[in-house]
Amino acid sequence: MRYETVIGMEVHVELQTASKMFCGCAADHFQVEANTHICPVCTAQPGALPVINGRAMELTAMTGLALHCQIRPHNVFARKNYLYPDLPKGYQVSQYELPLCEDGWVEITSEDGPKKIGVERVHLEEDTGKLQHTGRASLIDYNRAGVPLMEIVTDASIRSADEAFDYLNKIRQVVRYLGASSGDMEKGAMRCEANISIRPEGSDEFGTKVEVKNLNSFRAVRNAIAYEVERQQQVIEEGGQVRQVTMGWDEQMGVTREQRSKETSEDYRYFPEPDLLDVHLEVEWINRVGRELPELPADKAARFSEIYGLNQKDIAVLIEDAAVAAYFEEAAQHSGADPKSVANWVTGEIFRRLNDEDVLIADAKVSPAALVELLALVKDGAINQNAAREVFTELWEKGGSPAAIVETKGLKQISDTSELDEAVAKVIEANPDAAEKIKDGNLKTVQFLMGQVMKETRGKANPQLVQELIKKQLRV
Amino acid sequence: MALNEATAHELITRLQQREVTARELVQATLDRIDAVDGQINAFISIDAEGALTHADEIDRRRAKNEPLGPLAGIPIALKDVLCVRGGRTTCGSKILEHYIAPYDATAVAQLRAADAIIIGKTNMDEFAMGSSCENSYFGPTLNPRDPERVPGGSSGGSAAAVAADETILALGTDTGGSVRQPAGYCGVVGLKPTYGRVSRYGLVAYASSLDQIGPISKDVEDTALLLQAIAGHDPRDSTSIDVPVPDYLAGLKDGIKGLKVGLAQEHFPAGLDAEVATAAQSAAATLADAGAELVDVQLPVAGHPEYCIGTYYLIAMGEASANLTRYDGVKYGHRAEGDLNLQEMYLRTRSEGFGEEVKRRIMLGTYALSAGYYDAYYRKAQQVRTLIRQDFEKAFTTCDILLSPVAPTTAFRLGEQTDDPLQMYLNDIYTASVNLAGIPGISVPYANGADGLPIGIQLLAPPLEEAKLLRMAYALERTTA
Repeated sequence: MRYETVIGMEVHVELQTASKMFCGCAADHFQVEANTHICPVCTAQPGALPVINGRAMELTAMTGLALHCQIRPHNVFARKNYLYPDLPKGYQVSQYELPLCEDGWVEITSEDGPKKIGVERVHLEEDTGKLQHTGRASLIDYNRAGVPLMEIVTDASIRSADEAFDYLNKIRQVVRYLGASSGDMEKGAMRCEANISIRPEGSDEFGTKVEVKNLNSFRAVRNAIAYEVERQQQVIEEGGQVRQVTMGWDEQMGVTREQRSKETSEDYRYFPEPDLLDVHLEVEWINRVGRELPELPADKAARFSEIYGLNQKDIAVLIEDAAVAAYFEEAAQHSGADPKSVANWVTGEIFRRLNDEDVLIADAKVSPAALVELLALVKDGAINQNAAREVFTELWEKGGSPAAIVETKGLKQISDTSELDEAVAKVIEANPDAAEKIKDGNLKTVQFLMGQVMKETRGKANPQLVQELIKKQLRV
Repeated sequence: MALNEATAHELITRLQQREVTARELVQATLDRIDAVDGQINAFISIDAEGALTHADEIDRRRAKNEPLGPLAGIPIALKDVLCVRGGRTTCGSKILEHYIAPYDATAVAQLRAADAIIIGKTNMDEFAMGSSCENSYFGPTLNPRDPERVPGGSSGGSAAAVAADETILALGTDTGGSVRQPAGYCGVVGLKPTYGRVSRYGLVAYASSLDQIGPISKDVEDTALLLQAIAGHDPRDSTSIDVPVPDYLAGLKDGIKGLKVGLAQEHFPAGLDAEVATAAQSAAATLADAGAELVDVQLPVAGHPEYCIGTYYLIAMGEASANLTRYDGVKYGHRAEGDLNLQEMYLRTRSEGFGEEVKRRIMLGTYALSAGYYDAYYRKAQQVRTLIRQDFEKAFTTCDILLSPVAPTTAFRLGEQTDDPLQMYLNDIYTASVNLAGIPGISVPYANGADGLPIGIQLLAPPLEEAKLLRMAYALERTTA
């Protein structure tokens, strides 16, 4: 039998606010000395009270708007009660019945083309502390306790591991564009759970879903879903039934494992948080947040296609990071710039360097203006491609002006026929066998002679001219 | 009259006129504590050294004519549910027996700014859960008027300390009557301000949507003085009200001519203790003599204990069950000893650390919030709460102040109600509805029963009308003097 995979996802995103969700402590906790960003509020000292971080509300509303959600003017925070040492108060302040954002969608790319994934809700809550088990002792770091956490929940319209992967990528792109979060899964700034079930193809009913947690990387999401789908199929084909359990993804072994299933009977006893008043968002506030939205990836992609005539592959690479896209645009809009060759250089040479050296485009020493100037030198024939790469290397490492580098390094292309004639004659004389071959009609050998001329001219020769001269002197 | 028997407003004048020093005053209260607290047990901790040092500092500043706060040199006792930085804050519980608060409650910071002198922390029902001050890990407080009687609760230590002249002023907290009822039982004045008028930051929560800090003092004028010092908006408490604080002393003595005092028939049911009923009716009559107009009002929901008590306890216990989860032995407070896994550590810590009544309320509250019961209990209680609030709103369209007894009886005997929690809960029939509605209420001593124990009168006002409430209370106090 053929099966259809049905997936719903819950993504937790840590917001990049200066302070925590309910107190003034710094929200930054990555590689910070343990228990230094804490106060009476986030360590749940008796008598301490929460105050809502307005910026976290804004970032969540922005995310909701970017995901085409309705923003709910009436917001209620609730207490989600459970006892665990990483949760200082014994309850997590979250949103339950009335989330900030509802009923949105994200467009992803599926096998059959573009597809909308429904976003049921986006709500705001607080993160927990971090437990560290060392032998017989357990240590707690409360730096992360109370950091604003946004939860994005989809409907059950994801149909494959690839779709889940693309969905997650789109979410990360959006929160990065908004500056809402770093979206770094490896740093825990984005965490993911998937509800996975399968059903016979064509069926309208849902199968029993299994919740898979601990998906800490993009790869884990893809692999865990693929594994779990396989596992469920096997269970069914062997005549068994999928049980509703919570599984954890074991990255090392590449398997999902059942976690202690007390989860199924857990009663969180939600009730409205009495330490916070209901939040009533005014239309003006919502509109202002909407106006603050930057251009989003999908709109940028459409515009790049229209204005610069780029292909989808280049666009996808360019808009992945808003800073890269901005770099490209600044260069592409320079007078005389050819957007396509700018795109080639950005997606080629610049990306290679960024990835190899793990640096950000913001730190690049090659300014968009310099890049355009370099491309103009190539286009005008002042330097050839080889020289261009050498100039780029210099620019990348030290910055500066391309023209000046060409000057200092003496890279100007030799397009002077008399000068090149001499070099070509010398090379032909030194390589009589090759010359004979060419005369016999083996034109591929022209390339060999060209290489020799380049060597002779230290790479500065105008390659087209050299080719012509070789053919001319050998009369082919 | 001994210094410690005087009121704050008298002492402020005498201190200003350099007739007495803060040190003499503080010493007088400390001497009194030494003399009587072994029996009354109003205090959990006393900071004699800190109080005297502070008194000396105030005296020095006064000698140099430096500006001083409005309560400069006045001794005050704080219910041990208010955090004082560097000091023990026990909440009357074993689980916090050795807890040192790392910060000052906002009200405490305001008292410091007013130059009041904190002399100690007072006894209370554990986590403010109780009506008799018998539910304390540190033993019961006795009523200074009769040591066989309870002082009321949960702020029994604060009320007893004021009544026994062990302090000049005190702060209590009131969730369902915990300032007003003990004030009534001990024969002192106790005010529960409008919910949100005084910051709850640093008040260890029992029931967050009901808790308010309130002054306890020997007379109404002192209550006004103390409220003035602690009222106001606090950005650290999202539920505090951002409305300017009026001058509570300005119109205090202006009289009550033309003010309408409402009496709800529901507050005088057939079985009510005759002395209590008579005292309330007499109080109304004397206010009428002083120029007030008496009107009949209806409180069809808010006046009925069967609605109010159930609603109050469902909400209070539900909130409490979550508020008290943080006492888990992980971060601070008592932790069970031994080689225990996490579940055992939780279970043993909380079993050992909490007293009977606290456990009862956590369990009831947990039940009320549970899936399948939430709608029938907690949500329903919130709906009734809205009706109670609307009842008062309606009543206040026809009157300025409501008058009722504070409690159905005078102070009962120690141990008399400890075996019957439900009977104990009925102590709150006149007070709990006030917290549910969030309105201000004050307890003023008015008469004495045949047993010689004080009978208090409760006056209520619309939200933020503390000035009017205090004016009426002041007038009532004059008629008894």
